[in-house]
Amino acid sequence: MEWNFLAAIGRVTLRFMAAVGHLSLFTVETVKHIALPPFYFRIFLRQLMSIGYYSLPVVGMTALFTGMVLALQIYVGSSRFNAESAVATIVVIGLTRELAPVLSGLMIAGRVGAAIAAEIGTMRVTEQIDALVTLSTNPYKYLVAPRVLAGMITLPILVLIADIIGVSGGYLVATESLGFNPSSYIKNTFDFLETRDVVSGLIKSSVFGFIVTLMGCYHGFNSTGGAQGVGRATTNAVVSSFILILISDYFLTVLLLD
Amino acid sequence: MNENSKISLRNVSKSFGHKHVLDGLSLDIAEGESLVVIGGSGTGKSVMLKCILGLLEPDGGEIYIDGQQVVGLTGRKRETALKKTGMLFQYAALFDSLPVWENVAFGLMQAHGMARKEAKDIAIDKLALVGLDADMANRNPSSLSMGMQKRVGLARAIATNPEIIFFDEPTTGLDPIMGDVIDNLIRDCTRQLGATTLTISHDMESAQKIADRIALIYKGSVVWVGPADDIDHCGNAYVEQFVQGNIEGPIELDILKP
Repeated sequence: MEWNFLAAIGRVTLRFMAAVGHLSLFTVETVKHIALPPFYFRIFLRQLMSIGYYSLPVVGMTALFTGMVLALQIYVGSSRFNAESAVATIVVIGLTRELAPVLSGLMIAGRVGAAIAAEIGTMRVTEQIDALVTLSTNPYKYLVAPRVLAGMITLPILVLIADIIGVSGGYLVATESLGFNPSSYIKNTFDFLETRDVVSGLIKSSVFGFIVTLMGCYHGFNSTGGAQGVGRATTNAVVSSFILILISDYFLTVLLLD
Repeated sequence: MNENSKISLRNVSKSFGHKHVLDGLSLDIAEGESLVVIGGSGTGKSVMLKCILGLLEPDGGEIYIDGQQVVGLTGRKRETALKKTGMLFQYAALFDSLPVWENVAFGLMQAHGMARKEAKDIAIDKLALVGLDADMANRNPSSLSMGMQKRVGLARAIATNPEIIFFDEPTTGLDPIMGDVIDNLIRDCTRQLGATTLTISHDMESAQKIADRIALIYKGSVVWVGPADDIDHCGNAYVEQFVQGNIEGPIELDILKP
């Protein structure tokens, strides 16, 4: 019984280490193909549209309601010690530094990471990736590199838009339902906002874009076992993206705190 | 290695876990020859093909194309070696995200750097060669029947006028009439190009139609190879059992007998 328990721990550890090694090799290969020519510009543009433009409604809605809720909640808390004037500042800092990048990352993981894993997974099980190889085309360069680069570039842009929409949501609630003066709310929003608040959020979001697209590509690329395998790859891509976003968010926050 | 061989396999072995799929397989294919490899399911035909194309790495042995050892080739060297080959996959493996003409022109544009306009003209010519008119060019592959998809796959395989063409179960999933159409197209197109072809199949009628020579694989090695005309009276017990479809004989089936 004791032996079985130890063996099970050993098996899980070995499997985990193998997965980490496999993912590390995949990451190195991806970065290499992003850096080295040739570059498939047409596919990159298509991915910019697919990851960026088509995600705007989802990210916009998320940011709008997050900003609105944030204003309400902070108002409730701050009114307990007569600090209502801090609402605008806390909303903008909370959004730019934390909520916009993390929530956008999670939404993109659900929308884009899953779609990438399903598309590449289907290509794997229907031999389309093998067909690419036989047509002298490197699948990392053709499928993975443009998606990962597009993710790293588009997520910061989406987050910048989410910052603006989120702050506008907070402004709407504060001025329309909480009775804040519009001009003083705007003044409080920008008076204490620093460039690094926005930049740190954009750096985070670029890393999250890398994580989401890499996980989608990795799980799709390694999917096996037909339709069930593609389904598993999609689930794994989303779950691993969520976990890695939340873990890396802590370390990035520590790194970017000052 | 035979000096006249276009493709030569020497003692190629490949195992998955404890299962030896290829077990010292040796085979020579002369320039301009059409060789069909037959054998039951799971005997190693597809694995052999994937080893030649570099989609799988053999555990042992050597594979030569035009006298060049291709086992272990990576990156640009592998891509260069593959430029002289074309491949028709079992279920065509057309790229869903691209229209028919881009599928056919893919190798011309990506591997040979041809301009889109010129590549499209050639793609339409190749589609005509396999009996598909220009109206098909802008359609999505998923809207085509399997017979049409195979024809597009054949057009893609011959688009770059390759010296070697591989066919993986070209008539699987087709009705007998469409199977015959594909066989005729394969025979005519490859003769027109003067290409060397390696086909894997378990369709005896198809094999006899397109083959100059036929090889039978059993348990990962070649048990008989000879001219296609000799297959009905070669005196080899394995061949006779396979051709006649008998349960009794030297070929053991992986099924429980009632």
